[in-house]
Amino acid sequence: MMDNTKKNPIVELDNVVLRFAGDSGDGMQLTGALFSDSAAFAGNDFATFPDYPAEIRAPQGTVAGVSGFQIHFGHTNIHTSGDLADVLVAMNPASLKATLKWTKPSATIIVDTDTFIDKGFEKAGYAGNPLEDNSLDGYNVIKAPISMLTKKAVEELDLDNKVALKSKNMFALGIVLYLFNRELEKTNEYFERKFKKNPVIVEANKRVLRAGFNFAENIEAISQTYNVQPAILEKGTYRNITGNVATAWGFLAAAEKSGLQLFLGSYPITPATEILQELTKHKELGAKAFQAEDEIAGICSSIGASYTGSLALTTTSGPGLSLKSEAIGLAVMTELPIVIVDVQRGGPSTGLPTKSEQSDLYQALFGRNGEAPVIVIAAITSEDCFYSAFEASKLAVEHMTPVILLTDGALANGSEVFRIPKMAQMPIITPPIAKANDPLYKPYLRNEDKLSRQWAVPGTEGLRHRIGGLEKENGSGNVSHDPMNHQIMTQIREEKVKRVANFIPEQKVIGAEEGDVLVVSWGGTYGVMLTAVEKLLADGHTISMAHFKYINPLPKNTEEILKKFKKILVCELNNGQFVNYLRMKFPAYNYQQYNKVQGLPFMVSELEEKFISILNDQKS
Amino acid sequence: MTEDQHIDIQNIPQLTREDFVSDQMVKWCPGCGDHAILKSMEKVFPQMGVRKEDFVVVSGIGCSSRFPYYMNTYGIHGIHGRAAAIASGVKIANPNLSVWMITGDGDSMAIGGNHFIHVVRRNIDISILLFNNKIYGLTKGQYSPTTPKGSITKTSPQGSFEEPFNPGELIIGAQGKFFARVVDTNPKMMTDILVESAKHKGTSVVEILQNCVIFNNKVHNLVTAKETKDDNQLILEAGKPMIYGAENNKGIVLKGTRLETVVIGENGITEADLLVHDPANPDPGIHVMLSKMQVPEFPMALGIIRAVKTDTYEDLMTKSISFAKQNSPIKCVDDLLMSGSTWEI
Repeated sequence: MMDNTKKNPIVELDNVVLRFAGDSGDGMQLTGALFSDSAAFAGNDFATFPDYPAEIRAPQGTVAGVSGFQIHFGHTNIHTSGDLADVLVAMNPASLKATLKWTKPSATIIVDTDTFIDKGFEKAGYAGNPLEDNSLDGYNVIKAPISMLTKKAVEELDLDNKVALKSKNMFALGIVLYLFNRELEKTNEYFERKFKKNPVIVEANKRVLRAGFNFAENIEAISQTYNVQPAILEKGTYRNITGNVATAWGFLAAAEKSGLQLFLGSYPITPATEILQELTKHKELGAKAFQAEDEIAGICSSIGASYTGSLALTTTSGPGLSLKSEAIGLAVMTELPIVIVDVQRGGPSTGLPTKSEQSDLYQALFGRNGEAPVIVIAAITSEDCFYSAFEASKLAVEHMTPVILLTDGALANGSEVFRIPKMAQMPIITPPIAKANDPLYKPYLRNEDKLSRQWAVPGTEGLRHRIGGLEKENGSGNVSHDPMNHQIMTQIREEKVKRVANFIPEQKVIGAEEGDVLVVSWGGTYGVMLTAVEKLLADGHTISMAHFKYINPLPKNTEEILKKFKKILVCELNNGQFVNYLRMKFPAYNYQQYNKVQGLPFMVSELEEKFISILNDQKS
Repeated sequence: MTEDQHIDIQNIPQLTREDFVSDQMVKWCPGCGDHAILKSMEKVFPQMGVRKEDFVVVSGIGCSSRFPYYMNTYGIHGIHGRAAAIASGVKIANPNLSVWMITGDGDSMAIGGNHFIHVVRRNIDISILLFNNKIYGLTKGQYSPTTPKGSITKTSPQGSFEEPFNPGELIIGAQGKFFARVVDTNPKMMTDILVESAKHKGTSVVEILQNCVIFNNKVHNLVTAKETKDDNQLILEAGKPMIYGAENNKGIVLKGTRLETVVIGENGITEADLLVHDPANPDPGIHVMLSKMQVPEFPMALGIIRAVKTDTYEDLMTKSISFAKQNSPIKCVDDLLMSGSTWEI
């Protein structure tokens, strides 16, 4: 229950960016997730962004080992995990050093002073104590001896030092919950669930959380607390969901809707692994998840499963997509439906495994031998991963073709408030299953509107046939090396993917339908682009935005949109892949580009600045 | 889709060779060992008690991998080395299908080595025919991973430097539970062994010593030629002593930690001294030694060398899915979406 004896005044805020930062063993991801739960319970809209190193436990106390979790929560609609933090929790000097640049100049910074000792400064690369050299002037620094007080809080429980200190993240969480007038109840319930078998640990965490909360209430450094009212969201039932879980669930939904068995062949790779884990967790829905020996076996098992009539998919990241190229070609040639999910990360090669990027677009569009077009779609938010996975499945089976679904590390690990849909309202999926003993069946006869062939599933009487990677004779599907046949089949495969444009929605424009400046983006940058554009619109600027989810084929009205603007600025987290794709498709227009390749998302502020400079150029 | 389909074996019409002959022109070289294997398979399939629609033949790339086009079944001609992965997907997705994989020493010992060892390790119920001609035929005569060291080929003009794989050793090392070896010159035995291999629940591998008439002619000649075969073939049968030879008087004994050849009647050796074949022994020790025997020091072991029963991957997966279905409160995607922590607005 809320403590009504609060002495500090409460300040109302629209939205807040909160960042937890600590050593990668300090439990910052969990702390962040628990705060997210409390934000959900309070009815806020929110988005989160975990930012952690590739090493499981990088050297303790170093900048390389800092793990962060950012949450942006609000009374207003939240589309991004936020630029700069209003509140930073820094569990050690290294985390302060690593994250201060992502913190607002007036921010509240909560530090564990017990870690601010010579050894800590040295490891973090500080010459002296940053808490005492005036470098934090202007910030509201809350100095808390978190380690010491944590040990004290559990003194009576007779835990050894190491175990006791494990819950110091909960002390920090307690401080933050006080700061935002949140209840402890939900978090305590979590401890009871999580450590059911270990009541001492439940008690320890509860005591430490309460100790943090009480500490905050009593110290002078906290002169006011904050309240963020519930967001005004559409009526419905909500939950918190990460992009990877949403992706996995989208496929489960598509399997149920289509009546097909779900099959995933996948090899663990950051940041896509959670999709595989999530599907292995839900065997009760009949999904078969096969952890293959490598990326190639992941997709090839999926092709085998697709041949037998399963809704088949494979999940990976950029390096894995490279390994799957040849097999995607096989799926193109055999015209079997599969969905390939690429959770993009920083590249090339191993690149930045835990950081996000949009640099696999060329690979998705062009990275195969021969003329091998596939459908490419890109999820635009963590929540949209659910709908994109569903739609990728629908397009794959109805059009009998591989589909590449691009998400990215930020969407995958980031979480959002998700309005739970009802399955009855999801679109119907109709796989073109061939009928037993159909005397007219031939493997490569096509339907008129989609040019898709029929799906003849082993076990079905009267439809025995062979398919494979060699070129097919039009209609019969027999092996053919005939030159004209190859030309025809190449054109058919191209046209088949082109016609998908008749089955996807038209591209929407936010802002005016025509004007001076159109900003263009695609995939995971939707939230940040929208926030920046909405801000400019609210400030009275004239600017329009087109954010693409359907990449190949592009929506039919794409050129209609482009031609109505004098300047087109394409913003993406790569070196200019989508802009070049547009230049190739629609060369008549004047494109400018804005690119960032740092393994980090765009910040709203940098987009705003760029947009304003373009608007000013246009005027002058 | 057909997971719950139960097939009434009684009602499967009697199938014949004609049910499986495809209308495609067979394009292997005249005299190639593959023709004999195809003929044999056309005899095997009608004997299996499986509906003709339930066979799926999967291959990779290579001469052997053209096989699916020549059988009138469902089939996939895949990409190089990946047949094992494709076949795994077929079988796991629909365990009711009778899945056959046709591959060669290049396809499965080189480019597809990884998939090959893992399908064997997982014990997915797939019948694998490994055509071993010890050469790359389709690319016209380069050495393969089973080519004997020192062999002169297009890419080893001074003789190859590489130690070859012995498929049996590799399969058993990969936790293989069924391994048999046959020659393409004995179609009767090949047919019988293929039927046995298909009846075995789990991954079965039959190595077929197959002759490439163009690029490696007579590579298996010591084992297969009329004049020498009886002295160079040990045909294994479960529960029978290991006897071979033109005069049926040679045998295999275990001496210390290794096998030796003996002659019955010499040095006081009787039939009772010979090793008795036990393919079902889970301990692979003798099976590995039998697989490794090479002419001329030893006869080549043929027949079923190892056949050990254990759970298949797909059975364990099916069980774990049924268990989850019975025990989870989540029965549909709506339940899933509403599971865990949710809130109303």
